[in-house]
Amino acid sequence: MLAANDVWTWLEDVKDPEVPVLSVVELGIVREVRIEDAGVTVTITPTYSGCPAMLEIEQEIVRALGARGVEGVRLETVYAPAWTTDWISDAAKQKLAAYGIAPPSTVAEEPNVVAIQSRRSAAGRSAVACPYCGSHETELRSQYGSTACKAIQFCRSCQQPFEEFKTF
Amino acid sequence: MTNPIATRSSTRSHAAFVSNKHMTSGTWVPGKRSDTATSGIASDPHVTYLLRVADDRLVLGHRLSEWCGHAPILEEDIALGNFALDLIGQASALLKHAGGIESKGRSEDTLAYFRDAVEYRNCLLVELPRGDFAMTLVRQFLFDAYDVLLLEGLVTSTDKTLGGIAAKAEKEARYHLRHSAEWVRMLGDGTAESHGRAQRALNDLWTYTPELFAVDDVDRAIVERGIGPDPVGLRDRWRATVQRVVSDATLTLPPDEHAATGGRTGRHTEHLGRMLSDMQSLARAHPGATW
Repeated sequence: MLAANDVWTWLEDVKDPEVPVLSVVELGIVREVRIEDAGVTVTITPTYSGCPAMLEIEQEIVRALGARGVEGVRLETVYAPAWTTDWISDAAKQKLAAYGIAPPSTVAEEPNVVAIQSRRSAAGRSAVACPYCGSHETELRSQYGSTACKAIQFCRSCQQPFEEFKTF
Repeated sequence: MTNPIATRSSTRSHAAFVSNKHMTSGTWVPGKRSDTATSGIASDPHVTYLLRVADDRLVLGHRLSEWCGHAPILEEDIALGNFALDLIGQASALLKHAGGIESKGRSEDTLAYFRDAVEYRNCLLVELPRGDFAMTLVRQFLFDAYDVLLLEGLVTSTDKTLGGIAAKAEKEARYHLRHSAEWVRMLGDGTAESHGRAQRALNDLWTYTPELFAVDDVDRAIVERGIGPDPVGLRDRWRATVQRVVSDATLTLPPDEHAATGGRTGRHTEHLGRMLSDMQSLARAHPGATW
């Protein structure tokens, strides 16, 4: 008899194609695994509404479970509750930092993003630590990076540009 | 395709949008088209309202995707592509939901690619050509300031699916607003050239903003059923945000002289049809195509 825990373990093999150091489980994309007589249903939620990796992730989930002999996997997409970076565990955040991506902080600590502040007044110590040298002498270069979930930062201490996984 | 640079994000998002699992090629009949601005549209105000919210995003998202490979700096090229992804993703979810409630077998792809301009329900503001960079960012700011308030109101909708989509979109819209407001400040309070272009954009776009807060029978039914917020109730807060940023940017709000409306009932500018002829060309040339 197939156990949900086994499916959860196998899904650890499915990495996010845009953040290949983390699995879809660690990212919180997989919300639920249901095992019924009719088959296995995996419920997922997109990180961002337009995340272009979702189709690939769906195909990878079907492929990974198929490789374990689980056929006819059904995928359901839910939007609520909305995905948040708070679902990424501390261990997963450490993996991100080791990979060179500054991990997100927690949503409650993030200043209200709707408070529209001038870029010029936003000087001083940054909350974002450089993943290479650990310095907080960093500055936001662009709110949008190579993917929807990342911003581009620059470290003034080691003169390295780096990516930040946005707190969302 | 008039836009030769169909790059990264726009191509991928559109590819997902016409994926085979959603395609129902039998719905659209070549040669058969709507006679009037209102035919082909469900009388259910719930569906009409969802189309209005969705079409704003789809059309604006497509306009933003036109910047792929053309923005003045790489970071902004990427940022505008990311905005487009968010908006088109939201539109996809909303159109799917609208098609489900309508129950006529129209998928999100059918609704996006096989409706003509008269069947689109977006406001006029979002369909105007992208113009220069100032026009694009001022338009984005005017829309984002509205969008954050609209989505806040939709989170508590009696339509739980709409509320879930809105809760997600609201987080994205807050990032959009922060970014577009920053740009309005930098352009307005920048060089004489950037100031002049930003002010011209504001003057040209201002007449299209009252439509965001216009109320008709659809809105009244939506408010009555608790599906969406009263647009009039959003106007003052929108105006306060806009006034604050415009003042910081050393720009001047134009006088409220005229209101250009019609998009919500399918009476569009000439620009939407041209945009759709580009956006829909692939899906219409190859109905049912999959890849």
